[in-house]
Amino acid sequence: MANNTSKFVLEFEKPVVELEEKVKEMKEYALSSGVDMAEDIERLEEKTADLRKQVYSNLTRWQKVQLARHPQRPYTLDYISEITDYFEELHGDRYYSDDKALITGLAKIDKYSVVILGQQKGRDTKSNILRNFGMSNPEGYRKALRVMQLAAKFGKPIITLIDTPGAYPGLGAEERGQAEAIAKNLFEMSRLPVPIICVIIGEGASGGALGIGVGDRILMMENAWYSVISPEGCAAILWRDSAKAPEAAESMKVTAPDLVDLEIVDEVIKEPQGGAHNDLQSAAKAVKKSIIKHLQELEKIPSDKLIAQRLEKFDKMGAWEE
Amino acid sequence: MDWFKRKRSVIAPQDRKDVPDGLWIKCNGCGEIIYKKELEKKLYVCSNCNTHLRIGSDVYISFLFDEGTFKEFAKEVKSADPLNFKDVKSYKDKYAATVKKTGFNDAVVCGTGKIEKQNVVMAVMDFRFMGGSMGSVVGEKIARAIDVAYKKGWPMIILSASGGARMHEGVLSLMQLAKTSSRLARLATKNIPYISVLTNPTTGGTTASYAMLGDVNIAEPDALIGFAGPRVIKQTIGQDLPPGFQRSEFVRDHGFLDMIVHRHELKQRIANILDFFKHKNPVAKA
Ligand SMILES: [Zn+2]
Repeated sequence: MANNTSKFVLEFEKPVVELEEKVKEMKEYALSSGVDMAEDIERLEEKTADLRKQVYSNLTRWQKVQLARHPQRPYTLDYISEITDYFEELHGDRYYSDDKALITGLAKIDKYSVVILGQQKGRDTKSNILRNFGMSNPEGYRKALRVMQLAAKFGKPIITLIDTPGAYPGLGAEERGQAEAIAKNLFEMSRLPVPIICVIIGEGASGGALGIGVGDRILMMENAWYSVISPEGCAAILWRDSAKAPEAAESMKVTAPDLVDLEIVDEVIKEPQGGAHNDLQSAAKAVKKSIIKHLQELEKIPSDKLIAQRLEKFDKMGAWEE
Repeated sequence: MDWFKRKRSVIAPQDRKDVPDGLWIKCNGCGEIIYKKELEKKLYVCSNCNTHLRIGSDVYISFLFDEGTFKEFAKEVKSADPLNFKDVKSYKDKYAATVKKTGFNDAVVCGTGKIEKQNVVMAVMDFRFMGGSMGSVVGEKIARAIDVAYKKGWPMIILSASGGARMHEGVLSLMQLAKTSSRLARLATKNIPYISVLTNPTTGGTTASYAMLGDVNIAEPDALIGFAGPRVIKQTIGQDLPPGFQRSEFVRDHGFLDMIVHRHELKQRIANILDFFKHKNPVAKA
């Protein structure tokens, strides 16, 4: 997966990559010609590091959205394979089908046995068709609920990994009750008697994301985005021009630090410089560390108190005057 | 059908902004020109083609509640523009202009009252206020209404007329789906009935939360009800949508509505359902 044999370069990363290539060229030349270029190389490497730092620590909201959608970004299954010692996938909603856009399963993370679920995107055309680009049908939400209720029955905490461009807007999805499936999950998740930790690992678009996003802790990766609609969708409606997506991303305040300010997200999980795809192992390590920390806090809370606190958490969300 | 004969003095004339001023109104179903007073008497249902014309929260309140029993609460809750949102104009200006135009502070009116002598708590959405979009205010007011129902033990009714979540409040609007749905889950622990009434249109986040969560889901005829908008679906699948797609009858036939009720019968049918839930069966003697 995210092993960068050929790294996908975003527009704003190009100056950095150009310098990196120049450094590489100089090193190769020095090696083949025997000329001592150590000083120049070192200077250029420093310059590259400075530029890298400057670019990645001043990302605009739109640039973060692009990182969240980076084709090499780690997906749910990548995190699952990194952070769990055991994983057994569970299939099907027991009503209609198995939605491949949303994965559920039994897992062990350190000393915890948990249920883990999340949307799954594909990496190429074939796997994207299989995964429906990470866009669930109602069956995905129903499978998620079935497995979460299984977790509740056996007292297992629930981990959800959110990464979707939205619930699938298709004919069949409407016929089979996309809205009902999401609504039911919001209703039921609010009263499950086990800890629920939700992590937005990539894209958190609208009800499709929230459908597995009601929990005791909402964690968000540094370069993930989460909002009521995609920046393109918002721009198309309000500006009548989806090319205004960068403006929409700014206006809607879709990034992790924004969501901390808005008191929606409890914690931002730091990503490796340049994004999680640059170092899956350390990104996954940070995710795991954060999940364990919150599990340790939540396991101490009796279930009735847990539910009451969850209700209060969501009740406080919003901003109004009177 | 006694609500036909009742005086409509409850409806303040300046609130009737959805219907153009004048004595005559054109039905958007069949094009028939109808005398406005006649249409008012028919609760804005066309006698010719049965189209249920869109009406505001004030009209619903006037014919659903026993006269003079509706008491509004949380009227002063207003948007705080948490994102300081700007598109072509600022949300603050757009909001202020809408408040001025409609006379409402946001897209839902909440209150208590009696329906055929039975106490209820009701939230009535109003499409005239920014397309009935759900932001922090709608979420907060509906959550409070559900809590009133919870405390008093009275049935809860939410009438939806909404294009979905309000983009101008970003993720905060999205969270109102969870906020209202979780309050309904709490209401359910006390076995208090919740009736959802879906009117034209009920789409997006509104459908994906309280509108689909009724113990009984009732829709007006031919209302647009769905999650994704028809245009988005058409674009995604690249083909035309079948006739009647996402209309009340379609949604009922796919299993998501209990019934479709004509506006003229809405009050009585709600009253009957409330009465059913309240009714106590005789206790068998041991
Ligand atoms: Zn007509």
